[in-house]
Amino acid sequence: MKQLGKYLIFIGSMFRNREKMGVYASRVLDECVLIGIDSVFIVAIVSSFIGAVTCIQTAYNLVSPLIPNSTIALIVRDMTVLELAPTITCVVLSGKVGSSIAGGLGTMRITEQIDALEVMGINAASYLVLPKIIAALIVFPMLVVLSGFLSIYGGYLAGTLTGVITPNEYVYGLRESFQPFNVPFAIIKAVVFAFLISSVSSFEGFYTKGGALEVGRSSTNAVTNSCISVLLADYLLAQLLL
Amino acid sequence: MIQVKNISKTFNGRQILDDINGEFKPCDTSLIIGGSGTGKSVLLKCIVGLIKPDNGSVLYDGRDFLNGDTETKREIRREIGMLFQGSALFDSKTVEENVMFPLDMLTDMSKEEKLDRVNFCLQRVGLENVNKRMPSEISGGMQKRVGIARAIVMNPKYLFCDEPNSGLDPLTAIKIDDLIAEITDEYKITTIVVTHDMNSVLGIGEYVMFLYKGKKLWEGDSTTITETKVLELQEFLFSNKLLKEMRTSAGS
Repeated sequence: MKQLGKYLIFIGSMFRNREKMGVYASRVLDECVLIGIDSVFIVAIVSSFIGAVTCIQTAYNLVSPLIPNSTIALIVRDMTVLELAPTITCVVLSGKVGSSIAGGLGTMRITEQIDALEVMGINAASYLVLPKIIAALIVFPMLVVLSGFLSIYGGYLAGTLTGVITPNEYVYGLRESFQPFNVPFAIIKAVVFAFLISSVSSFEGFYTKGGALEVGRSSTNAVTNSCISVLLADYLLAQLLL
Repeated sequence: MIQVKNISKTFNGRQILDDINGEFKPCDTSLIIGGSGTGKSVLLKCIVGLIKPDNGSVLYDGRDFLNGDTETKREIRREIGMLFQGSALFDSKTVEENVMFPLDMLTDMSKEEKLDRVNFCLQRVGLENVNKRMPSEISGGMQKRVGIARAIVMNPKYLFCDEPNSGLDPLTAIKIDDLIAEITDEYKITTIVVTHDMNSVLGIGEYVMFLYKGKKLWEGDSTTITETKVLELQEFLFSNKLLKEMRTSAGS
């Protein structure tokens, strides 16, 4: 509870005595590149293979002649949009982005760079962390959309190249019983997860105490706590919005 | 003038600072000395507001820094320059960007004005042609100089240096000390240096405060420090082999 309170105070402190808006604009762009562009490759690889594996494993389990092949695509689509694209992508990103944020801030803390900002009268939390959170809020939904597309396309390639489903059946399955709300639901999840991953990781890094060993520990805590918070939020959002 | 009144600090039940009082005069280079773990850096961090003491106050020319309102704190912070033990330069910025950073954040100066000021400060600390280098590409001594340039770029009224000589060879350490003393004198700054280096004590210290196990055991003029009767201070001062030999030969 003490940690939760400290985390909430930390979030609040970012919005008090903010710096000039122009300062944030350039930093947000830099962070978008660091968080977003640098994560495209890992997101693309993970999503394509998850889509492909989902397609093959679903086909393996659907052996009844009464179930049409297009159901495979339907299952790939719904699993991707509802869960795999937002949640698995964000769990992967919590490892990549979360550890990077916590490690960077932790190193700044132990080398007194954060102290230097505070002595200058700059709100270090706001200057360092707020751009990361804003960048994550912008970039994560984009990565989730990309992930969803690549996952479904991965399933298409795996399914058609191995002959478990024809292209027509796959496209038919993708359109069958489509719930349009699933897409905004996935985006909402991405936004919530983006906030949780960036803020929890920043919190862990910002309050690092000690030396190099503690920076490593902060990175590990950032990944663990981000993952747990993402999974908890995933359940709560599903319960509340579906 | 900086006045420190009744500063105490405990960490996890351990008393680090015990009722510290002192006055640091304007335009002087004052030193806080003592062995490792005596609370020197903690006191400095309390003075600049990086650590909140359990009780006590710090007055900058009569303005209460620790217990004052936000605007007073902000105003005082803008008048402070600090050189950190490890220089604390921003890794991701070049030397020029590091020195320019306070100007970018806290002033509305034009790009040309900022660049002029940065070049002036870098020249003042004896650095040329390093503007585009990264902190990792320059030596420890140069990093300290960049740290000093960044500390003075806003024309501070108060300069704080936390162990400015740590990790430097004796010759570079003396140069850094001299630079701090020159800058203090030139710009009429109130400077406080935390150190355990005897060369600094004898070389640049005007007012000296000696801490031992979190308590102030001695304060006074650096010219009279060698005549002290405080045993702990004598032990600290003459821990240097050369000084010890000089003292013995002077005695005999």
